Amino acid sequence: MAKEHPVKVRTSDFSVYYGQKQALFNIGIDIFDRKVTAFIGPSGCGKSTFLRSINRMNDLIDGTRCSGKLEVDGIDVYGKEVDVVTLRRSIGMVFQKSIPFPKSIYENITYGLTLTEKRSKDELDHIVETSLKRAALWEEVKDRLTHSAQGLSGGQQQRLCIARAVAVNPEILLMDEPCSALDPISTGKVEELITELKDTYTIVLVTHNMQQAARVSDYTGFFLMGKLIEFDRTRSIFTAPSKKETEDYITGRFG
Amino acid sequence: MKTLASTTTSKKRLLGFFAVLVTVVAVVAIIGLLISMFGTFVVQGSGQLSWTFLTEAPRNNNTEGGIFPAIFGTTILVLLMTLLGVPVGTATAIYLSEYARQSAAFARAVRFAVNTLAGVPSIVFGLFGVGFFIQFVGGGIDNVTAGAVFGKPALLWASATLAVLTLPVVIVSVEEALRAVPRELREASLALGATKWQTITKVVLPNSVSGILTGSILAVGRGAGEVAAILFVGVVYSLERLPSSVTDQFMHLGYHLYVLSTQSPDVEKTLPLQYATTLVLLGLTFVLNFSAIYVRSRLRRI
Ligand SMILES: Nc1ncnc2c1ncn2[C@@H]1O[C@H](COP(=O)(O)OP(=O)(O)OP(=O)(O)O)[C@@H](O)[C@H]1O
Ligand SMILES: [Mg+2]
Repeated sequence: MAKEHPVKVRTSDFSVYYGQKQALFNIGIDIFDRKVTAFIGPSGCGKSTFLRSINRMNDLIDGTRCSGKLEVDGIDVYGKEVDVVTLRRSIGMVFQKSIPFPKSIYENITYGLTLTEKRSKDELDHIVETSLKRAALWEEVKDRLTHSAQGLSGGQQQRLCIARAVAVNPEILLMDEPCSALDPISTGKVEELITELKDTYTIVLVTHNMQQAARVSDYTGFFLMGKLIEFDRTRSIFTAPSKKETEDYITGRFG
Repeated sequence: MKTLASTTTSKKRLLGFFAVLVTVVAVVAIIGLLISMFGTFVVQGSGQLSWTFLTEAPRNNNTEGGIFPAIFGTTILVLLMTLLGVPVGTATAIYLSEYARQSAAFARAVRFAVNTLAGVPSIVFGLFGVGFFIQFVGGGIDNVTAGAVFGKPALLWASATLAVLTLPVVIVSVEEALRAVPRELREASLALGATKWQTITKVVLPNSVSGILTGSILAVGRGAGEVAAILFVGVVYSLERLPSSVTDQFMHLGYHLYVLSTQSPDVEKTLPLQYATTLVLLGLTFVLNFSAIYVRSRLRRI
């Protein structure tokens, strides 16, 4: 595994527990800067748990603990001096079930921007436009920015949520099954988007769609029952997996 | 479909028929009761209703004249109660739903207190109002300021007492509304780098406005008709002039009704007045309720 790119997220011996139940076992992984890393694996194997550990979203769940190390840019994310709010600001997240805020399209995009500082109308207008363009949504909504975001279609809402996350200019973009509720056309748009966004962001993508992982990702990790079974370049994983479990899973012989 | 139909035996169908019958009878009975109740008051009371009745003060030992001071007193009382109770109730609900760990002893204690409060007879709240608000708080203020303004029954203390009485209703309905806000919305906000407080004020509360209003509506409904709780804390059976400050005493529709029906020298004579007063009390409760419902439906559409 040649490392032509710097490491953005690095974990070693990282485990997560929900109360008594251990969900992740000693994960060690290097996620590379400005690459798309996909996580695949059967339901309940811990993909979301791992993703949510990176921006400490699991802190919100009572009784969650973790052990081991998880570093972003060499900084221990679970270290005492880390401010969770600042951390989350630099790590965007797109959820499986995308819900725009019940506000206007415009306000959805500016939500994250206005949390810390006042910005001029011009600046906001500009960011709204560029974010929506990045999310390939601008053409469809530019005439109704003040309308409620809940009037958008499911696919548009998902892209709006991507635009919302991109607007605050994070360094990492975590996407948890962003296409699972979308039709093939919307899925195609989001996939195109991911490919474009990776020039700027480190993208971590959870997907149940094997073809999707193969199409858009540079690296793929295969999780099984809380363990990271295999992690390698996507091409290697899909053409020559080194573990039998991985092969069984991607060829559909799993279970 | 044929096979489906044949599996439903006639016995089952009969049972289903009876289930529907029972529910229909119950609904009809309730509606009938409501109609006959309102009917009585409308028929018996509307004869007495007039512009003078609504706008003038009672005369001749409450046997003549109108009930304006009582309408005024009740309205102000209920508004003040809402103003005092809803913010406190909302704050408590926010604590319970957003900050407290569900297992924490303190949260459980608060919940227990709220539930207990809901079951306490209202007359007890009246006594509490005397002891706590009038003597402790009001008396305390008077001691410090060397005055004699707050340490006596007043509109303010009656409102505060009612606010405490209606707190459980507010807390329960607001907490329900807060909990109904999807977890995804909170997480989306937090993931964008919002603090917990920002998430509460910008996402959770705006999404619960209708729940907060529902709480207010229920509180108004409960508070407007409450008499026992305000007996000792500021209500009077007749007034020289309208209260001009929250430290004045006041007249109240429910209490007026009680006075008319028990304290009058000639109860027979006041019977039409009683019906009319009841009608006005019901009407006022409806107006307060419907304005809140109207506001809520307006907010929902946005
Ligand atoms: N809040 C929670 N409390 C307790 N256990 C949880 C919680 N969330 C997840 N788990 C458990 O942790 C394990 C991993 O869950 P996780 O959601 O990470 O799986 P996943 O790989 O994302 O699955 P899916 O593909 O279905 O989304 C599962 O066994 C799950 O039951
Ligand atoms: Mg998941």
